[in-house]
Amino acid sequence: MSEIKMFEDRNVGEGYYKIDIDSYPTTPWEKFKRVVKRSLKGELFVGLWVVLREMIKFNIHTVQYPLEKMPIGPRYRAVHQMKRLWESGTERCIGCGLCEKICISNCIRMETRYDENQRKEVSEYSINLGRCIFCGYCAEVCPELAITHGGEYENCSEQREHFILYDDMLTPIDMVLNKQQKEFEGFGAVTPNEDARLKKTPLAY
Amino acid sequence: MSYIVGTLINIVIVMLIFSALAGLGTYFERKVLAFMQRRLGPMVVGPYGLLQIAADGIKLFTKEDIIPQNVVAKIFRIAPVITAATAFMAAAAIPFLPDFEIFGIKVHPIISDINIAILYILGVMGVGLYGLLLGGMASANKWSLISSARAAAVFISYEVVTGLSILAPIMMVGSLSLVDFNNYQAEHGWLVFSQPVAFVLFWIAAFAETGRTPFHLIANDHEIIDGFGTEYSGMRWGLFFIGEYANMFFISFVIPLIFLGGFGDGSFLGALIFLLKVSFFFFFFLWTRAAWPDIRPDQLMWLCWKVLMPLAVINVVITGIVMM
Repeated sequence: MSEIKMFEDRNVGEGYYKIDIDSYPTTPWEKFKRVVKRSLKGELFVGLWVVLREMIKFNIHTVQYPLEKMPIGPRYRAVHQMKRLWESGTERCIGCGLCEKICISNCIRMETRYDENQRKEVSEYSINLGRCIFCGYCAEVCPELAITHGGEYENCSEQREHFILYDDMLTPIDMVLNKQQKEFEGFGAVTPNEDARLKKTPLAY
Repeated sequence: MSYIVGTLINIVIVMLIFSALAGLGTYFERKVLAFMQRRLGPMVVGPYGLLQIAADGIKLFTKEDIIPQNVVAKIFRIAPVITAATAFMAAAAIPFLPDFEIFGIKVHPIISDINIAILYILGVMGVGLYGLLLGGMASANKWSLISSARAAAVFISYEVVTGLSILAPIMMVGSLSLVDFNNYQAEHGWLVFSQPVAFVLFWIAAFAETGRTPFHLIANDHEIIDGFGTEYSGMRWGLFFIGEYANMFFISFVIPLIFLGGFGDGSFLGALIFLLKVSFFFFFFLWTRAAWPDIRPDQLMWLCWKVLMPLAVINVVITGIVMM
């Protein structure tokens, strides 16, 4: 019972307070008094001052998008990436086909074969980004952390079917050997600039 | 003959400068509003977005001019021209700068110093509202019709206030020419000190006259789309726009001329300060747009008829008693 009470009271943040709102005037004389009060109280000038202050401060929040970009969170689900093992640089994908199976929009297709060591390797792998809904199931189901989502969200195309192939997604071998491969940071990872962006909300979830 | 040529040159220069300024005004408005809302405004076309005006101009000029099926075509076509033309016609009686000499030629930066300048300016600017009224009624569109009704409401409200508020200064100066107003103030001090109420009333009425934000109810985008402009496209819509901005500039010239000493004794410094005053009044139009909410048409009529008009009448009566 007390727990429910706790969640009902959502305005727990300090610094939030209720505004006094006068009851609405009913008679013409009260309405007139309100107009006079509002006109002489200088509320209009408060508004003028606030916007002028912001103009003088020149604290611009615009991100000029194609020229500047916000850092994207590691949990963002954009175009997929295929990872390699850190030490050897061999491909992590074992061709198990779980991602193809779980894909709810049927956009992943893969073909596998045995290589010379009798290990399974991927011969064909494509994702139709036109169908993909970026739900993240493929990355979640992958037992080898081979397929993950990257941060590349600029994927416009001239047609609806926009296929991305295994080699496009695969981390280049020299990047892995130079230790430049970016690992998926996990489901609790935060955006790089999150501390600066964070604001207290009035909700106590 | 030289008078005719000089006047024609004057007209062409005023037309060119203020057509360009109307475009530049949109740029300033977008920039100022953006800065006040912590945005950057146009930045992409040209340095700091300066060529945005040119881009908009090209767009407006080359866009298809659509005459919808059920509109009253003749009136629909002529309405924007009324707004733009009257806005520029009003400029004929405004002294933009003091007389000056350049290359030995005496220049009068006023097209015609007629003796009923204020009446002429207010009258012609008032006619400008017919553009909105007719354009909206001819549009065969409910939003435009509402906008026309509002234009009529605004029209009958503010004109009374403008006329009555300006009456007291006219009584003091004893002339309707803006040049006489300027000279009177150079002699006796600014009229804003002796007529502060008239100044505030005229300023408020100027907002209704130009249809700027506290009284921006004729073309209120969030209520009635663009009002009279809903059915317009291309340059016809652009003419409405040019008319609105030219009106803003001209009223920004008129207010300092009547109340804030104009260009004073006509020196270079006086002219410079005059232009600063004009820029302030133009900036104030943009400033209020960022700061203030719009009011409803009934509130505007309430304000004009029940508050401002009595104040203006009292002001006239008191001025008369004091002058006796």
